[in-house]
Amino acid sequence: MARIDLKSLAHSYFPDPKSDEDYALRRMEHVWEDGGAYALLGPSGCGKTTLLNIISGLLTPSHGQVLFDGKDVTHLAPEDRNIAQVFQFPVIYDTMTVYENLAFPLRNRGVDEKRVDARVREIAGMLDLTGKLKQKARGLGADEKQTISLGRGLVRDDVSAILFDEPLTVIDPHLKWVLRRKLKEIHNKLRPTMVYVTHDQVEALTFADKVVVMYGGKVVQLGTPQELFENPAHTFVGYFIGSPGMNIMDCKIDDGAAWIDGQRIGLSDRHLDAVSKQSGKIELGIRPEFLTLETGTAAKGADGVEVNIIKVEDLGQYKIATTRFGASEIKVKLGEDEQVIGQSGILRFAPEWTKLYADSQLVA
Amino acid sequence: MNKITNNKAWFLVLPVFFIVAISAIIPLMTVVNYSVQDIFDPQTRFFVGTEWFEQVLGDSRLHDALIRQIIYTLSVLFIEIPLGIAVALTLPRKGWGVSASMVLLALPLLIPWNVVGTIWQIFGRADIGLGGYVINLLGIDYNYSQNPMDAWVTVLVMDVWHWTSLIVLLCYAGLRSIPDAYYQAAKIDGASRWAVFRFIQLPKMQSVLVIGVLLRFMDSFMIYTEPFVLTGGGPGNATTFLSQFLTRMAVGQFDLGPAAAFSLVYFLIILLVCWVFYTVVMNAGKREEQ
Ligand SMILES: Nc1ncnc2c1ncn2[C@@H]1O[C@H](COP(=O)(O)OP(=O)(O)O)[C@@H](O)[C@H]1O
Ligand SMILES: [Mg+2]
Repeated sequence: MARIDLKSLAHSYFPDPKSDEDYALRRMEHVWEDGGAYALLGPSGCGKTTLLNIISGLLTPSHGQVLFDGKDVTHLAPEDRNIAQVFQFPVIYDTMTVYENLAFPLRNRGVDEKRVDARVREIAGMLDLTGKLKQKARGLGADEKQTISLGRGLVRDDVSAILFDEPLTVIDPHLKWVLRRKLKEIHNKLRPTMVYVTHDQVEALTFADKVVVMYGGKVVQLGTPQELFENPAHTFVGYFIGSPGMNIMDCKIDDGAAWIDGQRIGLSDRHLDAVSKQSGKIELGIRPEFLTLETGTAAKGADGVEVNIIKVEDLGQYKIATTRFGASEIKVKLGEDEQVIGQSGILRFAPEWTKLYADSQLVA
Repeated sequence: MNKITNNKAWFLVLPVFFIVAISAIIPLMTVVNYSVQDIFDPQTRFFVGTEWFEQVLGDSRLHDALIRQIIYTLSVLFIEIPLGIAVALTLPRKGWGVSASMVLLALPLLIPWNVVGTIWQIFGRADIGLGGYVINLLGIDYNYSQNPMDAWVTVLVMDVWHWTSLIVLLCYAGLRSIPDAYYQAAKIDGASRWAVFRFIQLPKMQSVLVIGVLLRFMDSFMIYTEPFVLTGGGPGNATTFLSQFLTRMAVGQFDLGPAAAFSLVYFLIILLVCWVFYTVVMNAGKREEQ
């Protein structure tokens, strides 16, 4: 277990990177606290695997340092870093039994056989592999193979950190849920530092205390699931977290308010103060949860933005209304017994949940 | 189960049957025909039963050729298979080196057998051949047409030069099919270089190696052209292998009966060895899965 510091870390796969575009990871400072359960969330190609491989030592970063508990390990090989990593697709040693597969990382490090046996049986018990220990790994299904890969990642109890790179991609939904709970349990019991890469927000939010969101080779936000929901630091976080994601619209600031397609949206002084110092593209964001839609008689004379209602989907627990004004399409989340009457309505923006972004970064 | 019986299907098999008959069965039957008769001319023939077989199987010159053949084939396999694997492991995995080494490796495979023999015949000569001349310069008395040991070494080196590439290419294909994640996982698991070979690379090469061993066994067991061109089977009979022995019997002495009988025995040996080898390896694979 260790605290992991990334010091002005950057990586490019090209020998002489020129522009920012050539970097798979843009310069970052980041700390993974000892014993934290982190989810690393981001779209495909944003550099998650690159970052993980740098932490584990499979890749040497082109700039910056990796510190484990303050010790510089940037140029150490994975076997000298004492770290475990589980990959997206199962890696098993075909000719070995399940038992030998699980014992492999321990035996390679000269752990004595009694300890190996105890650890292998404990992990096998946790992952429901006990009955299969004597089987050859070759004939097993993809689910079981990936469970073995997971087991090899968990079998050493002295590692600095365990890295999971989308480990449950090939696993069916039910088992996925079970395994995620197991990982959470293991974390609660042993408190290893865990980094769990995924592009599935539900997975990230259930597994982790802290979520790190990456976008375009950068960490755009680190926070608890609630912080990410309430205060997205980047338009991508707003859009990526939550379902449906945040509504994000281009806007102009004028006359003490935001203007979208000629409609006025009131802002607080806090907003106006912050945005006055900004140049660049200004966007307004608000989550569907924080919008109210008035229809029918309630809409008459109400203060707000006039919208057309395009459709209303009933999702059981709640409803999603899709509304439009000008070129903007806005989704609104409604309670299950809120009624929508007619084709048009008035949309109200809760000022405290209205966010302003300049060049995609949160300003207020 | 209700199986649909449709005898018309047999008609569809007929063309294949004809082709196989003409290309394999009929010629083979001719040989069988010769092996059980003593034929002087088309009108004068006697059925001799197993006499030719007995004569051939008891022939001590044949025993010697067979022993030479076995030693030769085993040497070929024991040199070419490990060497091929070793070379495949050292080949580059990306960059311009890949195509360069592929071309270089494929070259010997593209040269006709008799040309290979000729190349080495000249190359190994002490008077005009570069190889032979250099070896003699080094103070080693080397002459493949006089010294049986030298002849053996030359024939073996020639075969290694000619065919190791095949094993290399097969193994390389097997190695290339291993995803990077396997090597990465092995590093994380702290596996030694040997463990990576033993548990990742070798298992992935297994199926291509089976093919490689079979091909090299069959080919080297039937080797004819190269030693014929290089040494003519000499000095003495030192490099007379089975094919050449057979050819001498059939074409040189025109003993068609014994030659036919021996051809069949020869054919059966190869068939048997291949079958046993294949079955053993495949069963080993299956047993592992259980
Ligand atoms: N071995 C590599 N060589 C060159 N570019 C790479 C390599 N691996 C990844 N990349 C590039 O780096 C970027 C980040 O990739 P990756 O870390 O795999 O993203 P993720 O895991 O988030 O999907 C991508 O643009 C990808 O094309
Ligand atoms: Mg990835």
